[in-house]
Amino acid sequence: MSARSTRWRQPSVLPGFGLSFGFTLAWLTLIVLIPLATIFLKAAGLGWSEFLAVGFSPRAMAAYQLSFGTAAAAGLVNAVFGLIVAWVLVRFDFTGKQVVSALVDLPFALPTAVAGIALTALYTPEGWIGQFLEPLGIKVAFTWIGITIALVFIGLPFVVRSVEPVLADLGREVEEAAATLGATRWQTFTRVIFPAIGPALLTGFALAFARGVGEYGSVIFISGNMPGRTEIAPLLIVTQLEQYAYAGATAIAVVMMLASFAVLLLINLIQAASRWRMGA
Amino acid sequence: MIHLRGITKQFGDYPALHGIDLDVAPGEFIALLGPSGSGKTTLLRIIAGLEFQDSGTVLLGGEDVSRTPVADRHVGFVFQHYALFRHMTVADNVAFGLSVRRGKHRIAKAARQARAEELLRLVQLEGLGSRYPGQLSGGQRQRVALARALAIEPRLLLLDEPFGALDAKVRKDLRRWLRDLHKAMGLTSIFVTHDQEEALELADRVVVMSQGRIEQIGAPDAVYMNPETPFVSHFVGETNRLPASGGEIHFRPHEITVTPDGSEAVLVDNVFRKGAVWRAEGLLEGSGQFVELDLPSSQDAPRLGQTIRFNPHRARMFNADGDHTQGDLP
Ligand SMILES: Nc1ncnc2c1ncn2[C@@H]1O[C@H](COP(=O)(O)OP(=O)(O)OP(=O)(O)O)[C@@H](O)[C@H]1O
Ligand SMILES: [Mg+2]
Repeated sequence: MSARSTRWRQPSVLPGFGLSFGFTLAWLTLIVLIPLATIFLKAAGLGWSEFLAVGFSPRAMAAYQLSFGTAAAAGLVNAVFGLIVAWVLVRFDFTGKQVVSALVDLPFALPTAVAGIALTALYTPEGWIGQFLEPLGIKVAFTWIGITIALVFIGLPFVVRSVEPVLADLGREVEEAAATLGATRWQTFTRVIFPAIGPALLTGFALAFARGVGEYGSVIFISGNMPGRTEIAPLLIVTQLEQYAYAGATAIAVVMMLASFAVLLLINLIQAASRWRMGA
Repeated sequence: MIHLRGITKQFGDYPALHGIDLDVAPGEFIALLGPSGSGKTTLLRIIAGLEFQDSGTVLLGGEDVSRTPVADRHVGFVFQHYALFRHMTVADNVAFGLSVRRGKHRIAKAARQARAEELLRLVQLEGLGSRYPGQLSGGQRQRVALARALAIEPRLLLLDEPFGALDAKVRKDLRRWLRDLHKAMGLTSIFVTHDQEEALELADRVVVMSQGRIEQIGAPDAVYMNPETPFVSHFVGETNRLPASGGEIHFRPHEITVTPDGSEAVLVDNVFRKGAVWRAEGLLEGSGQFVELDLPSSQDAPRLGQTIRFNPHRARMFNADGDHTQGDLP
């Protein structure tokens, strides 16, 4: 196992490192960097003070807060439940396992608007689930809770699919070893399983979070879109575009992008550090 | 120390163990020897509590632990593929069993570290405590796994093919080292292997298993010299078979006397040096049975195409009804 990862850490023993690295850079530039750069160029046309005025207006700030907050909340929920789903899929054999596994991927395939409409129908005060929550004073549709639920739905596959292979690779024996040494189930989880799959879980969280920040289709139906209250940042951008305020839209996009990049970079750094610590 | 009574285990409708009875005395070093799929690992895991028997009882030190979960059995287990905690240092791996103790059994961190160091010295890995398992060789990892199992001061040590994943040289060194360690500590131990040499070299007693049953239990010498079943005769050491009325006769390649008036004759079709002897192979005249013979290498090598006449001077007769007799032949 470690022999394999060690080999991949030393690109020099693999043929064609120069070529493949050059290709990687060119590809990233073409697919990611150039489109992103045009956003910066567009935003630059705005001038500094106007950029600040649009990019950091109270309405925009509220939208960022909502988007990043709900994406983080949904990412956390997914980290917990996605881990449980992955663990069940890896450690247990049961009839219908393939069906469950396919269900996990469904949010990837479903047009997001369909998910949004379905969730809204469930959670409005008259909906199947909403009607039971309403008497308890819990409002889901048209609040941040509804947005979070939509993002949980969208983000589930990221966590499950990131954690699953690592959990399978970790093997049952490590858990058994902990048990023979006298560890309880909980100690085995917190001290053995969790640290080992932590990096993968973090990856899953990061992907689900990033997806949640940019998610549009499934959210706009359930969120209600009240400016300053339940208006997510991607919607704000679309609203700007509909008013032909291209520069304004790109200003908001630039702020979102930088914030997302900062978060993802941080997560990557944490992972690199933990991988380095394990010496693998 | 260990008393197993009528242990059975079934996986789905596949019977992996049919009624195993086994008694192990305190301080004994036992080898479970058998071919792949004979149920060695399953039996070991049942003793440890990693698997539960369908019927039968497991007694450890007089206590019935048949339903006791693994964490409460206090049994050290060493896995074939080490099963080390990759995200922990070697020292933390070794101290893990102490660090998960609860309540009045808790031990202070300093004491745990001291104990880990002591154990690392025991397994000759002093100074490697701050490394991660990924930075060790296979043999070193297996010794860490052993130190980790010993840290909980188990009443019993179980090893599942502890040297299975190592190369021949490391295997041999580790084998001798484990035997010395067992001598020094006197801890009751059972190890699984499908390598008969390993079993004969290390164990006080060898338990030969086949298809979920115990074929024979005995000292290495007894199992080798006086196999009780055709299976044991064949699996432990090399054996030639001669068909005989009502059963078959087994003799080892070296249990022969070469003489011009021997009752058996073999046409040699292959010769090679096997350590200190010549190994000649060929088909018996008459029955056409394939046999292997060991001839002293102080003499010239047998030639290809040569006919060697010999008598087995010691052999075992296994009757078709399961009975067997053995001894020196006239
Ligand atoms: N969890 C399981 N589910 C189903 N069958 C199993 C399971 N574990 C073991 N078996 C079967 O039980 C039989 C005995 O297995 P076991 O692992 O005890 O053999 P072994 O003697 O240790 O073999 P090896 O030398 O290959 O390790 C095998 O036929 C195996 O396929
Ligand atoms: Mg086995």
